[in-house]
Amino acid sequence: MTERELEIKSIQYRKTLLRCIKRANAGHTGGDLSCIDILNVLYNRVLNVSPGTFDDPGRDRYVQSKGHSVEALYVVLADRGFFPESDLRTLCCHRSHYVGHPTRKVRGIEQNTGALGHGLAFSVGAALAGKMDGAAYKVYTLLGDGELAEGSNWESMLTAAHYRLDNLVAIADRNTLQITGCTEDVCALEPLRQKFEAFGWAVREVDGHDVAALADTFLVAPFETGRPSMVIARTVKGKGISFMENEVKWHHHVPTDEQYERAQQELDHLLREVQA
Amino acid sequence: MSFTPGVEPGQPNLDVFCETLLTLARADRNVLAVTSDSRGSGKLAPFAAALPGQIVEVGIAEQNLVGVAAGLASAGKIVYAVSPASFLTARALEQIKNDLCYSDRPVKLVGISAGVSYGALGSTHHSTHDLAALRAIENITIIVPADNLETAEAIKAAAAMEHPVYLRFGKRPLPHLYPPQTQFTVGKGLTVCEGTDVAFIATGETVHPALMAARELRAQGVSARVISMHTVKPLDADALIRAAGECRAIVTVEEHSSFGGLGEACAAVLMQAGIHIPFRIVGFPDEYMVTGNQLEIWEHYGIGAKGLSRTAKTLLGMRGKGETP
Repeated sequence: MTERELEIKSIQYRKTLLRCIKRANAGHTGGDLSCIDILNVLYNRVLNVSPGTFDDPGRDRYVQSKGHSVEALYVVLADRGFFPESDLRTLCCHRSHYVGHPTRKVRGIEQNTGALGHGLAFSVGAALAGKMDGAAYKVYTLLGDGELAEGSNWESMLTAAHYRLDNLVAIADRNTLQITGCTEDVCALEPLRQKFEAFGWAVREVDGHDVAALADTFLVAPFETGRPSMVIARTVKGKGISFMENEVKWHHHVPTDEQYERAQQELDHLLREVQA
Repeated sequence: MSFTPGVEPGQPNLDVFCETLLTLARADRNVLAVTSDSRGSGKLAPFAAALPGQIVEVGIAEQNLVGVAAGLASAGKIVYAVSPASFLTARALEQIKNDLCYSDRPVKLVGISAGVSYGALGSTHHSTHDLAALRAIENITIIVPADNLETAEAIKAAAAMEHPVYLRFGKRPLPHLYPPQTQFTVGKGLTVCEGTDVAFIATGETVHPALMAARELRAQGVSARVISMHTVKPLDADALIRAAGECRAIVTVEEHSSFGGLGEACAAVLMQAGIHIPFRIVGFPDEYMVTGNQLEIWEHYGIGAKGLSRTAKTLLGMRGKGETP
């Protein structure tokens, strides 16, 4: 997929995402919009996984530790054919498998997440098994930045470095906002890069909305032989919708009818620009 | 030659676990031990020496231990995650709930030095909550083996189980309760001795004092049945209901809080089956735990031959005047 095609996908994914959230009257809108370009690049450019190979032991794994941004993942998985897009109409409905956090009942999802600070340990285990078996697959995991206050992440970071898991790529969705406010006001994370480096990881920073830069970064991992890779993706919470960007309230706010129309218009406008 | 349960000395269940796991791991390189700086207390040093590629050390990090175990299992590994029961089931409870049970990853959790095995080290090291906590979590089997045979069989059975399982035992040497060829089935309690007056439904290391109480009662003309309810979840309701039908009273015994463990599980089965029978739960009360070694703590709370036979006689209405409680 070309960069332009990826850019178009990113806009289309946002349109579908908002439609799902609006219909379900639920969703973590801001965080979905901050990570959807990352997911776009992973599933359309990087990951060696498809609906047909999802049960293959040699597949690449994607684990979404920031489980609350599941709507973004559902949208991308549907587009990649893991399940019919019509399934998304059941999001959060009674008896639906499309829960507000990832579960393995949905094809394409590797592990149930939602409680924060769980995805990295699981990913370390999957990557370690790959090393034991001499398998070529990689494990990618997406961490929220607010989530990094969970101590379990740092336990797993020690383990990943100890076992030299260079088949593991973690991505920190660094939008700097969490439900209460700015991460630096809630419980400061910076200097984050140095912290990851001190834990033995090879770190790169990238614009988390630049699909070309994301692809270039992911495709050269591992950044150092014998070290796990950490991508600090600088993102904007609510990215792509003018009135949602960098606004804390959009953490899990659902747009009103009027806001929804306005958001779709903005995205249509953007789509026309990119396609022109 | 006839077999008398509880006479022939055996090993600590912990030793049997390590030997059994080593045998399993030699036969299948996908069998792994994952430890949180617990290879010493788990007696896994020989395992590590024999099969260094099949032990994963994560350091003193129980949450990480369970999460990493889930990831290993997702890639086809047969994972025994070994850590003291107290830390494994409290510190990492959310990982057990989500990463294993909710996600259906068939990790074998091995809670060592369980109950009050750590004795005078105090309540930080006791696991008297674990059965209650895990019983309330969907999709986990709980096994508390009572002797070496049950331990070896449970460890072997766990390897083939497709869903999470929690195995819990201590480190005290235990006498053999069964002849060697005894059939062990997960979810089916084993009768250690038959009786018709009172039934002790016990689990884990407390099966032995229940058996000693049964011996003491027999000498006094009371016929006591002892059932090892090694699988606490799912509970063998049939064996329990049969015992309630064939005996006049039931005493449950566990090295656990009397809240939410084996006793309350049995009570729920009987009440809901409409069976009303003299019934007593013997476990630890809701109080600051007394200091002592494992046996002293047991005795203090009535988990001993004397305490259990006294409880049984009270239920049977045999406690006469002048007798001290």
